[in-house]
Amino acid sequence: MKLALEHQAVSSLRQPLIEGEKSYSEVTTDICKLLDNKPGAGWWIAFSVSFCLLIVGAIATTYTVTTGIGTWGLNKTIGWAFDITNFVFWIGIGHAGTFISAVLFLFNQKWRTSVNRSAEAMTLIAVMCAGLFPVIHMGRPWLFYWILPYPNARGSLWVNFRSPLVWDFFAISTYFTISLVFWYLGLVPDLATARDRTVSKFKRGLYRIFSLGWNGSNRTWSRYETVYLVLAALATPLVLSVHSIVSFDFATSLIPGWHSTIFPPYFVAGAVFSGFAMVMTLMILVRKLMHLEQYITERHLENMCKVTLLTGSIVTIAYLTEVFIGFYSGNPNEMFVILNRGLGPYAWAYWTMVTCNAIVPQLFWFKRVRTTIPVIFVLSILVNVGMWFERFVIIVTSLHRDFLPSSWAMYTPTVTEVGILLGSFGLFFTLFLLFLRLFPAISMSEVKGVLHYARR
Amino acid sequence: MRDDKAQANSRYTAAVFRNEEELFSAVLEARASGFEIHDVYTPFPVHGMDQAAGLKRSRLTWIALIAGAIGLIFGLGLQVWTSAYDWPLNVGGKPFNSFPLFIPVTFELTVLFSGLIAIGVLLVRNRLWLFSKRLVFSRVTDDRFVIVLKQSDASFDVSRAMKLFAKHGAIKVIEGDQFV
Repeated sequence: MKLALEHQAVSSLRQPLIEGEKSYSEVTTDICKLLDNKPGAGWWIAFSVSFCLLIVGAIATTYTVTTGIGTWGLNKTIGWAFDITNFVFWIGIGHAGTFISAVLFLFNQKWRTSVNRSAEAMTLIAVMCAGLFPVIHMGRPWLFYWILPYPNARGSLWVNFRSPLVWDFFAISTYFTISLVFWYLGLVPDLATARDRTVSKFKRGLYRIFSLGWNGSNRTWSRYETVYLVLAALATPLVLSVHSIVSFDFATSLIPGWHSTIFPPYFVAGAVFSGFAMVMTLMILVRKLMHLEQYITERHLENMCKVTLLTGSIVTIAYLTEVFIGFYSGNPNEMFVILNRGLGPYAWAYWTMVTCNAIVPQLFWFKRVRTTIPVIFVLSILVNVGMWFERFVIIVTSLHRDFLPSSWAMYTPTVTEVGILLGSFGLFFTLFLLFLRLFPAISMSEVKGVLHYARR
Repeated sequence: MRDDKAQANSRYTAAVFRNEEELFSAVLEARASGFEIHDVYTPFPVHGMDQAAGLKRSRLTWIALIAGAIGLIFGLGLQVWTSAYDWPLNVGGKPFNSFPLFIPVTFELTVLFSGLIAIGVLLVRNRLWLFSKRLVFSRVTDDRFVIVLKQSDASFDVSRAMKLFAKHGAIKVIEGDQFV
């Protein structure tokens, strides 16, 4: 009797997932406290900085839209640069959330429970940031709906379903929708918990609306878990499909450096790699700022380091394969692109990418590194820098010296483009910080389910 | 699965437990001794409770499968019809009915239909909607486990139920009129 209340560690093989021998109600108190208390100075500083960046981005975007794409550093050779770099970068960041919630759920990895909620929120926000760039770079963003297949007054003119850009639209909107409902479905039981204990009348009203009358009934739980499993099974191939389709934007073209069959798996591995790096950056900040050290433990970070190490190694193999295939193809244009990347005018970007993505994550082989949190923090930021440069290298170095040496050109971003990039970071962190204040950042109902893991 | 609405007018007896082990044994014994279990309320999904409370497997997976098939047919049909029949357009000499190029959009629509319809059916089937006001036992979303027995007719023996609950460590027994 009362086994659950005693918390005896009897398993010698497994470590508890949640530290501090929490009881069910302590979990509720710890997580709901974050919603009810006033935010601390750390939160306000972070929010102010992010919000300022967001304003910078809004100004730069307004300037672009009202004046035109001529405000950017693009030229007749380099028609895609910062915008698509940022787009692919943010979509990549958006992959870890669904990976953690869906793939790890299917593989029954119980450690995911402490991090999945914030990782899913990160996914949604990153996909929003990504979605901005194709829309802004259209030049006439108010006509974005022209890529939708709908019966229109321009004759029966339909979208070209053979175009990877149309695939992109379907992939990203589906990814966003499914991630959103997956995240919201997971939130419903926790919103009910928040509803039943918050003191603020206004907040209780809001939580009452959005918790959909959840009362913890076993019938509901049973169907809820079935649908959660179905969604996880659907989201898993979706993770793989979205970045594959993004890579088709390049791979289906004939530009040397882009026209490559390795792109889909290479992009997917890179996306999970950068996504996990971003999750680590955020989780280290969150556990410190919100005092969640007992929920997001060293072990969680260590596991994420291992995933980063694996995906980083896959990315490294992809780099080597690209170089090998470039020369093995016997195609002088391919060989030139590879040499131009490593030795040409953008060699600094290429070697930054190689250092940050291929060499830095190899440090995670050492347990000392995987368990030293400040080191993980720095390395995770380096990985993100490297992954941003990877997209920059793929796009700019492949374009800037094309088939005709007479049209060769260099690309430098303008202040406007840098402003939009900073603005997207502002948007990302602003929305993430708001998420931390408005929603339970850790899935209480799932954490309660694994509380006695390795105890009893 | 039984319909929740049918029980709207009957009385119920509920017992509150502190953990899932006590709840589990109470559910098993209540069923074995012939009580009709209206429902069980828990702060998190207790695995194995479906079998213990005698719930059948959910058919939602089949609904998701059928919805996915609808999405697949819709996606493929839309593309073949628009690109090959309604307005065939020569793009780079590609065939009008370029089947492999239709796979990405078809896949995305399959997933979209399957996911959204499965969630829609879940919400309708469990009567979860915005502004819903249903009876929630106090602390059940926090750390309490509640079993609710249906008092289906006059032969329901309250004292026997109370004794059963007490035996398994119930900390409180509630009797009420009806469910909202």
